[in-house]
Amino acid sequence: MLKTTWFGPTTTLEPKPLIDFKWFIIGVTIFIVSYLGIVPLAFLIWQSFSTPQTMTQAAEFTANNYVRAYTDPQTLVLFYNSFIFAAGTSAFSLVLGTLLAWMNERTNTPFKSLFYALAIIPLIIPSILFTVAWIFLASPEIGIFNLALQRLFNTDYVFFNIYSLGGMIWVEGLHYSPMAFLLMTAAFRSMDPSLEESAMMSGASIRHIVFKITMKLAWPALFAAVLIMFVRSIESFEVPALLGMPAGIQVFTSAIYNAIKRYPSDIGLAGSYAVTLLIITSIGVFFQSKISSSGSKYSTMTGKGYRPRAMDLGKWRYLTAGIFIVYFLLIVIIPFLVLVWSSLQRFYSVPSVQAFKTISFENYSYVLQYPSFLRSVSNSVLLSIGSATTIMLLTAVICWIVVKTRIRGRWMLDNIASLPMVFPGIVLGVSIMILYLQFDIGVYGTLWILFIAYLTRFMPYGLRYNTTSMMQIHKELEESAAMSGATWGTTFRRIILPLMKSGFVAGWIYVVIVSIRELSSSILLYSPGSEVISIVIWELWENGQYTKLSALGVMFIIALFILVIGMQLFTKRIGVKES
Amino acid sequence: MLNVRALYKEFPNDQGETVKAAQDITLEVPEGKLFTMLGPSGCGKTTTLRSIAGLERPTSGEITVDGKLMYSSEKKVFVQPNRRDIGMVFQSYAIWPHMDVFKNTAFPLEVGKKKLSKKQIEEKVLRALHVVALDGLESREATKLSGGQQQRLALARALVMEPKLLLLDEPLSNLDAKLRERMRFELKRLQRDLGITSIYVTHDQSEALALSNQIAVMNAGRIIQIGTPREIYEKPGSQFVADFIGSTNFVEGVVESVVGEGYILAKTKIGLIKAYSAQEPVPGSKVVISIRPENIHVSHERPTDGNVAEGQIDTRIFLGEYVDLQLKVGESLLQARTHPSLRYPAGTQVYLGMDPEKCIALLDAKSPPAEKIVVSKAVS
Repeated sequence: MLKTTWFGPTTTLEPKPLIDFKWFIIGVTIFIVSYLGIVPLAFLIWQSFSTPQTMTQAAEFTANNYVRAYTDPQTLVLFYNSFIFAAGTSAFSLVLGTLLAWMNERTNTPFKSLFYALAIIPLIIPSILFTVAWIFLASPEIGIFNLALQRLFNTDYVFFNIYSLGGMIWVEGLHYSPMAFLLMTAAFRSMDPSLEESAMMSGASIRHIVFKITMKLAWPALFAAVLIMFVRSIESFEVPALLGMPAGIQVFTSAIYNAIKRYPSDIGLAGSYAVTLLIITSIGVFFQSKISSSGSKYSTMTGKGYRPRAMDLGKWRYLTAGIFIVYFLLIVIIPFLVLVWSSLQRFYSVPSVQAFKTISFENYSYVLQYPSFLRSVSNSVLLSIGSATTIMLLTAVICWIVVKTRIRGRWMLDNIASLPMVFPGIVLGVSIMILYLQFDIGVYGTLWILFIAYLTRFMPYGLRYNTTSMMQIHKELEESAAMSGATWGTTFRRIILPLMKSGFVAGWIYVVIVSIRELSSSILLYSPGSEVISIVIWELWENGQYTKLSALGVMFIIALFILVIGMQLFTKRIGVKES
Repeated sequence: MLNVRALYKEFPNDQGETVKAAQDITLEVPEGKLFTMLGPSGCGKTTTLRSIAGLERPTSGEITVDGKLMYSSEKKVFVQPNRRDIGMVFQSYAIWPHMDVFKNTAFPLEVGKKKLSKKQIEEKVLRALHVVALDGLESREATKLSGGQQQRLALARALVMEPKLLLLDEPLSNLDAKLRERMRFELKRLQRDLGITSIYVTHDQSEALALSNQIAVMNAGRIIQIGTPREIYEKPGSQFVADFIGSTNFVEGVVESVVGEGYILAKTKIGLIKAYSAQEPVPGSKVVISIRPENIHVSHERPTDGNVAEGQIDTRIFLGEYVDLQLKVGESLLQARTHPSLRYPAGTQVYLGMDPEKCIALLDAKSPPAEKIVVSKAVS
């Protein structure tokens, strides 16, 4: 680097370093990203075409894994279950989310602004805890809802069976509905209200407006949301594992898990399932991105952002307010309360006066003294902070290259860095496991393998946050730094990073939250000593220590809640300062 | 044709305070005329327009269109906007991106009360598109149109159902300057040829002057003055109107005497000025005299009649079509607009001639700030 004086670069030019610092950083970044994005995928595909490697025999090429997978009638059932589960979940969450978004955006339902503020809370509860809570609520044997209704009607009829395809769709759909709500809210908000008003002035009735204008215009957003939900639910692991596996309902993710966990592991079969799942998610993501990019043709010039007239629902608004309340109870309050209740019991029992007398905090002290508890907490914290920081720095460089430079083939870098988006967590776990079993570079069985997995999996999120803020930095701000005599490194550190700060921090916190909750990749990669919190929860579940699990879950949710509130306050402060 | 009486609209803002968006709006628009509501943003012009459209429900007042009651707080009448039969052009044009040009234009005919045959619809659509000179673009995707074409499409869509009343909400504000000027002429011609009663909302004073039969200047939710463009420009009734329409010099003074026939004599920093006054002020009261830059005649020779002041050219700006002079009269600065053939260099001693008829004495509650003379922003 050039030495700089107060007046800029010194007049005597030092000899140019052999490798420019800028190109060094760019080169390293491209290498890391390509390595993370492509190598596991290549290995997964290679492995799915290979015979198992043993001490005596090297791996050979074979299509046998696929033949085995596809000639098995079980696979057809697998396809069927996965499809019904994913389609059902996306339909359910989207109907719910769209209804809530419409009520919130276009009607005069009371307390709707409060509801919008509360809408992020459900996103905090990790899927595994949400699922466990619903087992407490609606399992055939111990479900509180069942027992309450049975007592009420004096019958032993099972009203709800959570261990079924319907139960899986219910739990997953509820859990994803806040995301559908946020997606559809954004869609409703981005719609220019004068498009509807001009139809009104043309003499169209409400029905005509809804079907000929609103729905038609919302269609791309709705369809994109369907695809996002479909991909999310087909790659989800927690609900199929906890609710599907006990009932023998297998989907792809749980089938992969079973193939790995059986003895001996059937990595080839897991690989062929994983590749199949990968193809399905790739198709989904491909179409979704295609719709999103063609959606821009629907964005016309917008006027002066008049808030659309809120529809007066009259007496019906008490019904819609009721729906808000019931929804919030089902998705946050009741699941959380049932976890709290269970955490205070020595053995799980249904709430009753008698059980109320045996309340104790024993579980909490048990969890705090649990051998792997402290270790898992420090592992989780270390991993999430480490991967969030690395990801944000790495993707900052990537999106600088993509957005600001004219390097040929830069679009490919963007695609490679976004590639992990199509990896379901469990598929990524399989690929990374295979890779580092084959190439023993000493990461298998350590925290590093989890670090690599998190880095790969959440890289696209970091990229998205950074790209958004990078787009807003005008090229001239950099150029004027260069004219002032700053080197590229200094410009990046002193100009670009500070300007990207709000997006950077928001992305960092988001990655921290998603990686601290991560389960589906970790479950194939952890080993004793490298457990994370969600793995401890999983272990407690497998051991049947439900009340201990609840205690850990309650603490976990509270910690996450505090983290998210902190994030809200922090981003608000940054936002105010910069606007 | 359109009657608005004592229209009042309030709504709570984000902080929960009540905002009075429109107060005591009363106006009458005769058949076939173009009426403009002009004012800065937040003056209530759009609220009034949207109340006429029915997109906003006023708090109180009464609106009649073509003798039919559209809204009345007393009689509890509110006709839904889709039953009002009013055409409207939105600021964003609100062209539906999922329909082509033909479908956009045909929509009002398809959803309206009257059932029309396919052939009738086609005929009407083609006629409307012809009127706005979009012939031949029927099957073009609406989003593939240029800004000016989208604007004309929005107009065709508003006209196709042959409404009694046409509402235009800043229709030209999204166009670039050259196109805006051309569309101004086209709009004027179209409106006159079709003879359609139109309400036009804008914050652009030159647009208002160019297009309107009548202008209502609005500020802070109220109508300040209603008149023809010439009346508004030449005989502003208040400092706000004089300042908002065109550019002007404000000279503060004290009334010496009333000379009859609507004229007063006022003592000012630039001398004794005879000025027109609509009211009859008491001698000794404070007035502000508005003198437009183009009404200050600059010459070497002392003018024989009218108000005369002596000054020096301070700055001289050549603008092609005219030359703007900044004149120093005593301590005061005045702006004058002269013909480019006038070639006095800066520093020249000159006489300023001002026709008393063009010097407007205004009795305003607000006096202009600090310096006695305020040279308002030039027309841009």
